[in-house]
Amino acid sequence: MGRKLLTEHINVEGIETFDVYRKHGGYASVEKALKTMTPEEVVEEVKTSGLRGRGGAGFPTGMKWSFLAKPEGKPRYLVCNADESEPGTFKDRYLMEKLPHLLVEGMITSSYALGCRTSYIYIRGELMYILRILEKAIAEAYANGFLGENILGSGYSLDLHVHPGGGAYICGEETALLESLEGKRGNPRNKPPFPAVWGLYGSPTVVNNVESIATVPWIVNNTAAEYAKIGVGRSTGTKLISAGGNINKPGVYEIEMGITVEEFIYSEEYCGGIWKGRDMKAVIAGGSSVPILPKDLILKTAAGEDRLMTYESLSDGGFATGTMLGSGGFFVMDDQTCIVRHTWTLARFYHHESCGQCSPCREGTGWLEKVLHRIEYGHGHMHDIDLLVSVAKQIEGNTICPLGDAAAWPVAAAVRHFREEFEWHVKHPEQATSPGAVFNKNASVLA
Amino acid sequence: MDQTVEKKEVQFSEGAMAEIRRYLSHYPADRQKSALLPILHIAQAEFGGWVSPEAMDKVAEILNIQPIEVYEVATFYTMFNLKPVGKHVLEVCRTGPCMLRGSDDLIMHLENKLGCRVGETSADGNFTLKTVECLASCGTGPMLQVREQYYENLDAASADQLLEDLKASTVKKPWEENY
Repeated sequence: MGRKLLTEHINVEGIETFDVYRKHGGYASVEKALKTMTPEEVVEEVKTSGLRGRGGAGFPTGMKWSFLAKPEGKPRYLVCNADESEPGTFKDRYLMEKLPHLLVEGMITSSYALGCRTSYIYIRGELMYILRILEKAIAEAYANGFLGENILGSGYSLDLHVHPGGGAYICGEETALLESLEGKRGNPRNKPPFPAVWGLYGSPTVVNNVESIATVPWIVNNTAAEYAKIGVGRSTGTKLISAGGNINKPGVYEIEMGITVEEFIYSEEYCGGIWKGRDMKAVIAGGSSVPILPKDLILKTAAGEDRLMTYESLSDGGFATGTMLGSGGFFVMDDQTCIVRHTWTLARFYHHESCGQCSPCREGTGWLEKVLHRIEYGHGHMHDIDLLVSVAKQIEGNTICPLGDAAAWPVAAAVRHFREEFEWHVKHPEQATSPGAVFNKNASVLA
Repeated sequence: MDQTVEKKEVQFSEGAMAEIRRYLSHYPADRQKSALLPILHIAQAEFGGWVSPEAMDKVAEILNIQPIEVYEVATFYTMFNLKPVGKHVLEVCRTGPCMLRGSDDLIMHLENKLGCRVGETSADGNFTLKTVECLASCGTGPMLQVREQYYENLDAASADQLLEDLKASTVKKPWEENY
């Protein structure tokens, strides 16, 4: 059984209330930081821990904090990115629902480190019921002197608010999120300037993911050195993985970085194997935007070693053979999954969610969806398969924000690894569009 | 031809105004436009599940901004319904992970059961059927959302039961007692 840094108390009855959370060590990091540490020391601890952003990009959190500009006369803001919308990813929702005080505690300790007087949790609008859970936790924190004026008599004051979005995936991109928080359309901003210099209301701002912020209390309480001992190499600590798809035990699991992908999929402690006794066909390991890998490549690296659940091992070999840990949205497809149909649903998602600001993304995502649709529904041509690759290439790297890349990578990877299946759809339109028809590579016929 | 469109002014209830004032207090005095999305959510709940031009004009008036600033935001975010909807809006997730767990079948079943297609409202006015892109419920699909409530691991039987339960329910607003 791996160590649980975030979820140790998640099943304790009443842990969502201040009193029970406090009895289990809650808010200790606020006390420790405000009474015994300078803000700079807290930043240094997070830096030394090796914690990397848990929203998907994996950028070192402490380094991001240290970039924050400190001009006189301007407020600084911490904004928690709780706009979790990446298909396959549901860990932040789970964490906020079960342990709202952990996020509130993390926000207070992190805000102290960054010198913020007002902080926001930007939560996706669909999760309004979690907004109310968080607001209740915040109210309890105010009532117990952990928020508001002169917290614990330390002289430090903080206001914390939850802000609902409106149902736009693009607002998970940090600059689009800030635009949205300012009451505008969620169009990403050009960078530079980065939010650390020009963020919310033109002030220096840090935007961090829910899981990243929720990890800060453990690091402060137990020291960066202890945190860095967990994991492998530059992938330190634990990671929440949202496991879904055709597995026996979907759910959110906290893993120690470095267990093998095979153990994660097949052990009873985690996913419990493939459902209905079927074989595994493919896995998307880090949320829908990362490249899909067929069974053989997800279990072994290019060097033939067991692939590990770490940032480095999952991206082994670059995009040719590797994928990414991303947000930890891990979804497994069984041998009855139609890769073309699945890829079409993802392309439809990105087309729907493109903000429309950049032409390659606005137009390209639409092309991807349409071409995939006609292949899936029996109207495709062989040249459509190369057209998908071509369009994906023209989107990638040509947009203001990473949504274009996120739309292009899954399609390009699906064609790269499952080209035969796309060709089979084109060659056998009547069979391919039959209900339940799925290409079986080994039998070369319907499964 | 007279192009004048007659608009009927709308008024928020005291409960809704209290909620609006609470949100306004979260943002700096010179940055009140930040409250636009929260207030649009309140407007949608207040005025029958959608935001009419009159409702958007009222929001603009409260925030002291131009109506176009409200329109451009309301049309960008998919959570805001820009035309009247049924008593309950069923939002079925259809993205990849839910598709793997059977969302296609669920959508087809609901269309047959309600006698309307995605994007339409049932003849009795009880349900508007919508599809949405990923509701962060990928481990518990197929699923749908009605207002703030998630209904997960659905099949035809549990979906039918849900429809019956919803038909018999009343719609309350988030700031009302026993919501």
